[in-house]
Amino acid sequence: MRVESLDALKKWKDNIPSPDTKTIRILACAGTSCLSSDSDLIIERLKEQIEKHSLDTKVELVRTGCVRLCGQGPLLLMEPEEITYVKVHLDDVDEIVEKHLLNGETVERLLYTDPKRNEIIKAAKNMDFYKKQKRIALLNCGSIDPWNIEHYVQNDGYEALATVLAENSPQDVVDIIKESGLRGRGGGGFSTGMKWGFTLQEKSDEKYMICNADEGDPGAFMDRSIIEGDPHALIEAMVIGGYATGAKEGLIYIRAEYATSIEPLRKAIEDAREYGFLGENIFNSGFDFDLEIKLGAGAFVCGEETALIHSMEGQRGEPSTKPPFPSQKGYRGKPSTVNNVETLANIPVILRKGAKWFSSIGTEESKGTKVFALAGNVRNIGLVEVPMGTTFREIVFEIGGGHPDGKDIKAIQIGGPSGGVITEEYFDTPIDYDSLDSIGAMMGSGGMIVMDEDSDMVEIAKFYLDFTQDESCGKCTPCRIGTKRMYEILERLTNMEGDPDDLERLRTLGENIQSSSLCGLGQSAPNPVLSTMEYFAEEYEAYAYRTKKTKYSVDPEKCIGCTKCKRVCPTDCISGDVRQAHTIDESECIACGACYDVCPKDAIIKP
Amino acid sequence: MRKEILDTSTLDSDGLKKIDAYIDNLSGNKEEQLIHVLHHAQQIFGYLPKNLQWYIAKQLDMPSAKVNGVVTFYSLFSEEPRGKYTVSVCMGTACFVKGAEKVLDRILELTDSQKGKMSDDGLFTVQDVRCIGACGLAPVVTINEKVYGNVKINEVDDIIRRYKRGEKHAS
Repeated sequence: MRVESLDALKKWKDNIPSPDTKTIRILACAGTSCLSSDSDLIIERLKEQIEKHSLDTKVELVRTGCVRLCGQGPLLLMEPEEITYVKVHLDDVDEIVEKHLLNGETVERLLYTDPKRNEIIKAAKNMDFYKKQKRIALLNCGSIDPWNIEHYVQNDGYEALATVLAENSPQDVVDIIKESGLRGRGGGGFSTGMKWGFTLQEKSDEKYMICNADEGDPGAFMDRSIIEGDPHALIEAMVIGGYATGAKEGLIYIRAEYATSIEPLRKAIEDAREYGFLGENIFNSGFDFDLEIKLGAGAFVCGEETALIHSMEGQRGEPSTKPPFPSQKGYRGKPSTVNNVETLANIPVILRKGAKWFSSIGTEESKGTKVFALAGNVRNIGLVEVPMGTTFREIVFEIGGGHPDGKDIKAIQIGGPSGGVITEEYFDTPIDYDSLDSIGAMMGSGGMIVMDEDSDMVEIAKFYLDFTQDESCGKCTPCRIGTKRMYEILERLTNMEGDPDDLERLRTLGENIQSSSLCGLGQSAPNPVLSTMEYFAEEYEAYAYRTKKTKYSVDPEKCIGCTKCKRVCPTDCISGDVRQAHTIDESECIACGACYDVCPKDAIIKP
Repeated sequence: MRKEILDTSTLDSDGLKKIDAYIDNLSGNKEEQLIHVLHHAQQIFGYLPKNLQWYIAKQLDMPSAKVNGVVTFYSLFSEEPRGKYTVSVCMGTACFVKGAEKVLDRILELTDSQKGKMSDDGLFTVQDVRCIGACGLAPVVTINEKVYGNVKINEVDDIIRRYKRGEKHAS
């Protein structure tokens, strides 16, 4: 069925039965994290039980994308009351069916307990985790069935496209996006409207609209969640971007590792074609546009736009010099626009609600919201979408619930392998592109890792550098060899074989790599090291002067002599009789931490 | 070596036909679709040996050096065959002092393979890995997703034998 006009679209929307006709709607999270805890089996079992009890007319089961509170998954949201069951197990399904679906009772033991107030919270919307969030990019994510185009249409899907094609010129669209203040969410933070404007200006018979879905930062999964949870929003945005820039072909470059995201995306593209949202003469406007998926093959550097373009052309994904910018000479040498997934997900909402509405959210220079993947030593792990200008403290302590054991939070790492650390004195900084820049960090793609007092910042910097030196494409010598040398210095330091001169060497090398690499990967690779060196100099010095205590020891006051540590020690260097305080032979200790993990009395002292 | 690269007779002809069909169905600039062709070929053959790369280069009418450049650039492409089971022996300090090296040697002996190379029966690729952070369980061996802790040298025989017999989760 082709949809020819905005009116026809609205008619279709009105005819889709509203979910209220069924009394209970179960939103079952099938995001990647929940799937890894068997949510697909849970959904299957629910389906069987619903059929078995002939509940089909009373209950609608919706398999949704990421519901965001990943640390509490698998999650089930029971509408209309939004009763939320957390950490659901396959064995719990029968009880849920029995009590909730058949008898209208709540299964109390599966509700979420607020750890701060020790209070049971029934509905997700009342949890601290959700209260402060504002959804624009993740608007439908977790609320609709991504496989069902009707769900998207029901939530005003494709209306922005229909309206734009009927009423606006490409220049109008560029102006609206410029006015909204939307900036690239992939890391750079460049104005999306201006980017589109540059491509529109270029005179060319062929132009391309490209979506960068090569989300490679360890710990970031917002783009994946959007593609899996709301693929039509991405498609609609791509068509609008194509219209605004004069492109008739769109390409989505996605990591081959994201196999579970590619499936719903392919299905969504097929459906969009069937209804005429892709293909020729979209909404009878005379505008043609179609989409193709391009697969990556495992290279972090392909997140850089010129490298991505080369990879799409079937070549090694090495970056090239800018200018020329992709908007002048991009894919196949033609003007191309490259936007990240999260950036694009904002487009349909901006066009539906207006540039003014969007620019009323956020700070002076950074508009709208940003999605962060919150993880590490924090209670609520998951995806967080907040208005720009929200502070770190609000995200980590209010939404994230603070440290799970109430320990001090020492730092927050933001921006993954390209970013830096934020220390406590900056926790009240409102997060936007410029404020982060001014404190030596960067937005990056939005990974946010919380670190407590036990975290070793030198080891963390080493972890990120190990990643970047491995992912360096090898084109620029400073990045290829420099990151390897930096890694070696860090390794020397953490093995207590370094010397004080190493610190200066590390800093100079880092600054040189930053200033002499061609692309963002090299320019930002030293950031995790340089930023931790600035804020945690004493930790580096302890290694460099070899004053750091690297062996574990036992607090004789706390030790009850349970022998657990003794049994687990791989080098047998713990001695002591039952119910007597134990001791660790430091000359044999390899600092693996096994004893620390098993001690029931916190009697093992970390180095 | 060069002769081996040019010899495609060792490759399964049905597999090659599938690749031909895939390439024939491509529209537009075929060279540009190289990464997709390689993904497809790796799905069929399990890995991308040099003679297969040469074959693909020929079919796409492009230099084989360029194909090899792409294959070696991306981490998802492998030039070495991989066994059905990837056996990883942790070589972190804790595991090492607990005799991981002996465990590794025994596994190589039992699977009749060399480190990093697939065994002749196609079942195993044995490798050593950096610390996986399970020092309390040292020495640690993982087989695909399954983790084996406190592995004793005399248990290795039993574990490997079960995989050979096709019992998946030998514990």
